[in-house]
Order: sequence, then structure tokens, then C-alpha cells
Amino acid sequence: MNNLDFSVVIQAWPYLWSGLLFSLALTAVAFVVGLVLGTCLALVQHFEVPVLGKLVRGYVALMRSIPLILVLFWFFFLVPIVLGHLGGSGRPIPIGATWTAFITFGLFEAAYYSEIIRVGLRAVNRGQFEACQALALSTFDTYRSVILPQVLRVASPIILSQTIILFQDTSLVYVLSLTDLLGAASKLAQLNGRLVEMYLVIAVVYLAISSAASQCVASLRKRYAIAGLRR
Amino acid sequence: MFAVLLEQTADGQRYIDWLVSGLGWTLALAFFGWWIAFAVGVVVGIGRTVQNRPVAALARLYVEIFRNIPVLVQMFLWYFVLPEILPASLGNAIKQIPPPWGSFFPALVCLGLYTAARIAEQVRAGIEALPKGQVEAASALGLGGYPTYRYIVVPQALRLIIPSLTSEVMGIYKNTSVALTIGLMELTAQARQISEATFQTFTAFGAATLVYLALALIAYQGMALIDRAVRIPGTGPADDAVRPGATHAIEPIDSLPDAMEVVK
Repeated sequence: MNNLDFSVVIQAWPYLWSGLLFSLALTAVAFVVGLVLGTCLALVQHFEVPVLGKLVRGYVALMRSIPLILVLFWFFFLVPIVLGHLGGSGRPIPIGATWTAFITFGLFEAAYYSEIIRVGLRAVNRGQFEACQALALSTFDTYRSVILPQVLRVASPIILSQTIILFQDTSLVYVLSLTDLLGAASKLAQLNGRLVEMYLVIAVVYLAISSAASQCVASLRKRYAIAGLRR
Repeated sequence: MFAVLLEQTADGQRYIDWLVSGLGWTLALAFFGWWIAFAVGVVVGIGRTVQNRPVAALARLYVEIFRNIPVLVQMFLWYFVLPEILPASLGNAIKQIPPPWGSFFPALVCLGLYTAARIAEQVRAGIEALPKGQVEAASALGLGGYPTYRYIVVPQALRLIIPSLTSEVMGIYKNTSVALTIGLMELTAQARQISEATFQTFTAFGAATLVYLALALIAYQGMALIDRAVRIPGTGPADDAVRPGATHAIEPIDSLPDAMEVVK
């Protein structure tokens, strides 16, 4: 326990701060991309679109079965090759670790969000669909105005909890040597040898952000429960 | 395409031997980590539900801390930070542990205690889902606090939560890959090493992916089997969990399991 010196952390703060901003940016992008794409994936499965539905199901099962670190390695290797083929040159186009991280997290989280929404879609009372039919709403309007809003509302606590886990998982970009909050701390720790202080401080930062966010989710859950539904 | 796995490595083995050794570490970590997680998780989960305020507060603190710090950061805390903040003699003794055990034990403790926090929440949810009458009947029969938990509450709660524990089982074996950051050569690390040695990235990662898929399938089927074996008679089959989409039964809209808050 000899001579912990947290003043190094104060000096290091601007660098840690920029790392934290990267973590938050990655979380935000992955949340938006993941949720939009995930909703599409869920709908494709829900409508049992021929061929595509099966493909999507396989994709989701695959993503949920392998570790995120392996997915990061895969995408770091695959995305340049795929882009090369799309670009027509056939030669891999290097995109760098940052882009890899954004693309991977977006596509990876989509699998998890789609599973939440798919379960949510199945949980909607049949009467809702029947009522929409009785009102002669088109399929698009049914989902756009009646079904999806309910699903998103009911699933929002789970979606948000998932997003908190996503925020914690962004630390795994460490394996791509990116400078997120953890990456910044570990790079500084290697320079100044103060790894105890560095890791303790960022642990506290992660803890504070995640638990504050979970408290918010818990109170949202209470406040926005659909009236009449016991929770 | 997998032929390269049978080629000789620089150290006289075959590449597939590297994968098998990686799989061994992954399984060892997941298996022993699971029992730590289960034991600690059940105790903490029970602690969350007892009347004793300090105990409940401690259990809550445990869950908050271990659930809200990324598992990778926890890994670093156990591996880098713990030996430094312990008394010097003990810390040095920990640093002297030869590899790979020097990475294995911190990883084991880390994954066990991290997963325990998640299991504790499931156990708590299971206990709270039991009808109140169970506890009331137990006290009407003159059972004290301990026998009530031991014979009435916990056995029922554990049987209830088996479907949601599936995602924790899947979580712990996937999280074993985080141990590569502290130098444990588990499956993902070996796949990366093979890819670097042979430049056959597709083959190396593909093989690892297939192994993880097989593990996921085994974990899933195994838990479904356990669920069927110990399900409380009369509580109805968890058909959806086993055959998603097979039934059109209407689920109550608030029945989205909290376990959907999945681990990676």
C-alpha cells in the first residue's frame, strides 16, 4: 500500500478525459446503429421473410455465441477485404482500428438489440394486431404507429440496461490498442509506472457512470411503465 | 481449408495442438469459474432478500461494484493492482506464481466474482418471484429463517431461474476470452497466434469460431436438459425457451425476462 500518489491522475486527466469521450462516442454510435439495424433484423425475423429470415437468425445466433474480442479480431481482418471487393479493386482497403471498432460494435450490438425487440414483438397482445386490422391500417402503419412504439416502450429498460453493458464492453477495444478510457489509462500507466492509481481511478469512473445510469434506468422503469401493467 | 492446422509449428507441435490447449484453458476457466460464481452468487442473492439490513446492504454493494465495472478492468485490477496493494511479501509471492498459473488464477477469481454478481441478481429475482404464501406457510409450520430458506425458498427459486441462468453460462465461457489480455493463452489467443504464425487468418479464426459455436450449443442444450429434469411439476414447459416461435400463446407483455439483459 506504499505511497499511492493520485496527483499523477490529475496531470493525466486531459488524456483520460479524451479517452472517456471516445468510449462514450463509441457507445452512442453503437447504440444508434445497433438499435436501428437491430429493429430491422427483428422485423425480418418476425415476418419470417424467406431465406433472409433464416440468414438473419443465423447471424444473430452466431454473434451471440462467440466472444466480442473474437468478433473484433474477425472484423479487423474481414472488413478491409469486404470493402476491397465492394470497391471493385479486389484489394483489401485498410480502415484502421477506430473504424473497425465503430463498425464492429454497431453490427455486434444489432444482434443483441434485435433479440430484445424480437421477444418484445412476440409479447404484444394479439388484440393489438386485430384492432389494427379492424381499423384497416396497412401493415406499415400497424407496425410504425401501434406495435413498435409499444415494443420499444416495454423493452426500453432492457434496451437501456443492455446499453450500459455496451458501455462497459467498449473497454474491450483495448485489444485493438485504441485509446478509450481504459486504453488511455494503460498507455499512461506504461509511461509513468503508476498503474495502481490509473486502474483504480478508471475503475471508479466506470463504476460511477454505470451505476448512475442503472439508477436512472430503475427510476425510468417505475415512471414509464404502461399504466395498468404490473411490473 | 483447415489443412494448415495439421502442419508443424516451430516448436514441433501441430497448430491444432495449440487450439486444443487453448480450448483446455477456456474450458477450465469457464468450468471452475462457474462454480465459484454459482456458490458466491447464491449466497449474495440470498443476502439481497433477507430482513437483516446490514447484510442486505453488503450484498447490494457487492452486486453494484462487480456489475458496474467492466470485466476487462476487473481483470487488470486482480492481475496488476492486487499484488501491489497487498503487503509486499504476499504481493511478491503472487507475482512469483509461474505462468500460466500466474494469469489463470487472477482470471479465475475475476470471472467467478464478476459472474457471481449477475447470478446473485437472478437468484434474487427468483426468490422475489415466489408467492408470499410459501414463506407464510413455512412460518405457520414453525420453521425459522434458516430452514425456510434452506428447504422452501432457495430450492424453488433455483429451479425457477434455470432458463435465465443459461445466458450466464454462455456469458462466462465467452468472457474467458478477456483473459487473453493478461496473457493467458486461451482459445481466442491461440487463434490469433496461429493467424500470426501462418497468415491463414480465415482458417485460424474460423476454427475458433466453430469451437465457440459448439460450446454455445452444448451449453444451451445442457441447460435445457437440466431445466426439463428439475422443473417444478405443473409449472408448464418453458416452450418458448426451447423452441422459439413454436407456440402462438400470448405472453403477458410484462413477462420480458430480465435475463434478456444479456452478457457477451
